Amino acid sequence: MSMPFYVSPEQLMKDRADYARKGIARGRSVVVLAYDGGIAFVAENPSRALHKVSEIYDRIAFAAVGKYNEFENLRVAGIRYADLRGYSYDRSDVTARGLANAYAQTLGTVFTQESKPYEVEIVVAQVDEDPQDDQIYRLTYDGSVGDEQGFVAMGGGAEDITSGLQEHWRPGMDLGTALRLAVQLLGESPGGGDARVLSAGQLEVAVLDRARERRKFRRIENSLLTALLSPDDPTSDVPHTEDQPGA
Amino acid sequence: MTARSKLPASYLQTGSSSFTEFLSAHSPDLVPGSRTLPVAAVDVPHGTTIVAVAYAGGVLLAGDRRATMGNLIANNEMLKVFAADDFSAVGIAGTAGTAIEMVRLFQVELEHYEKIEGTRLSLVGKANRLATMIRGNLGMAMQGLSVVPLFAGFDSGRGAGRIFSYDVTGGCYEEHDFHSVGSGSLFARGALKKLWRRELSQDDAVRVTIEALYDAADDDSATGGPDLGRRIWPTVAIVDGEGTRFVTDDELAAVVAQVLESRREIGGTR
Repeated sequence: MSMPFYVSPEQLMKDRADYARKGIARGRSVVVLAYDGGIAFVAENPSRALHKVSEIYDRIAFAAVGKYNEFENLRVAGIRYADLRGYSYDRSDVTARGLANAYAQTLGTVFTQESKPYEVEIVVAQVDEDPQDDQIYRLTYDGSVGDEQGFVAMGGGAEDITSGLQEHWRPGMDLGTALRLAVQLLGESPGGGDARVLSAGQLEVAVLDRARERRKFRRIENSLLTALLSPDDPTSDVPHTEDQPGA
Repeated sequence: MTARSKLPASYLQTGSSSFTEFLSAHSPDLVPGSRTLPVAAVDVPHGTTIVAVAYAGGVLLAGDRRATMGNLIANNEMLKVFAADDFSAVGIAGTAGTAIEMVRLFQVELEHYEKIEGTRLSLVGKANRLATMIRGNLGMAMQGLSVVPLFAGFDSGRGAGRIFSYDVTGGCYEEHDFHSVGSGSLFARGALKKLWRRELSQDDAVRVTIEALYDAADDDSATGGPDLGRRIWPTVAIVDGEGTRFVTDDELAAVVAQVLESRREIGGTR
């Protein structure tokens, strides 16, 4: 009987982390940033059907990068967690903090115990009546949680995008300005090559809109997105009067 | 379900986008109708009359506010009509506790599907999900704890409102023009037969609905009429292409006043 080679725990964890990081870096990026009326989610995602941004509960949304089947699995688990909690207690008892904790435990366990770690990075965000109480949590493949202020970038070009956000993001930006900033940073290629101009069709955009009734999550598509992204168009926020319910 | 623990394995299982199925597997004690009951009659509050009326471009669902327990009035401001989601409403007659629990589960079921699948269930799909829930309650219904809902929604494909009724075994039947369930339903339906016309306007439909509930309360002791002293009016939900919303108390007060006035004018119907 042959003895397996000894691998130090440090090396094992480092190998796993490198593996997960490589998987995540291959994907396109997602930006989550606060604006004056809530929190915006911007992903470079040409697919209309396979979402990277999704509604979890009344005030809570989810964004992810990495391997689709893995974050989709976590997304569904999050919706189940939230709906069960809201059903057995009360809707106000479902919080992003609770969900972020559950995700952290799950990712941490998978990272140390499964044969391969999840190649995902997740944001769980929640809007509140008072913008001061908004929460943005960033979770990485190993289960570590960061309580982020104002903005997060994940995925391939995350570092460059984060430094761009640190430079240009300001609290209280209107939605149009925030989206244009996010889209411009997503379009700048990491290697310093020519910047691409991303059109509405290549983007998945959604907001947690503080002004909406119960379900704050809303996708922004087509003409509204084009209007918000155009610097010449006066549209600077989602319309609140002719709001389609649940649209 | 502590906040500090990781997500249980059943949360991460792939499979159904139905919340009820997830609940049956993960926490069966939370599913209405799944409990075993001792064989004995219990006196519990019962909800009474629900009316649905189709009109040009939508459908109304309304209910009185009374719950009875034997010969007593258990509650005089109970809500028995609920928005199921943005384009449908459900009203319930029967055992109040079970019925309200079932409506809560139905609301979560529809929203859960919508979030997981990224699209809404079709109207008939929603009606069938409700039928499955009623069917699951058959054991309790046979012991006297029955729930009979009336479901109304807007079918965007047809651009019209549709009404679905149920029996305790989970049979789901599409109704046309108008329908009513509950103890006062015979009288409400009788009134609607004379008052309902094709292509009613929304305002006329509200008026007709209030008249039907008034007649039901007139002849059925378990149905509550409009309470002028306490200003308690029936619940009226409007479901159309714009979504589901409730008629406000002020609007209802005006309609009730009109109905009473016109009845006084004809010498007080007896």
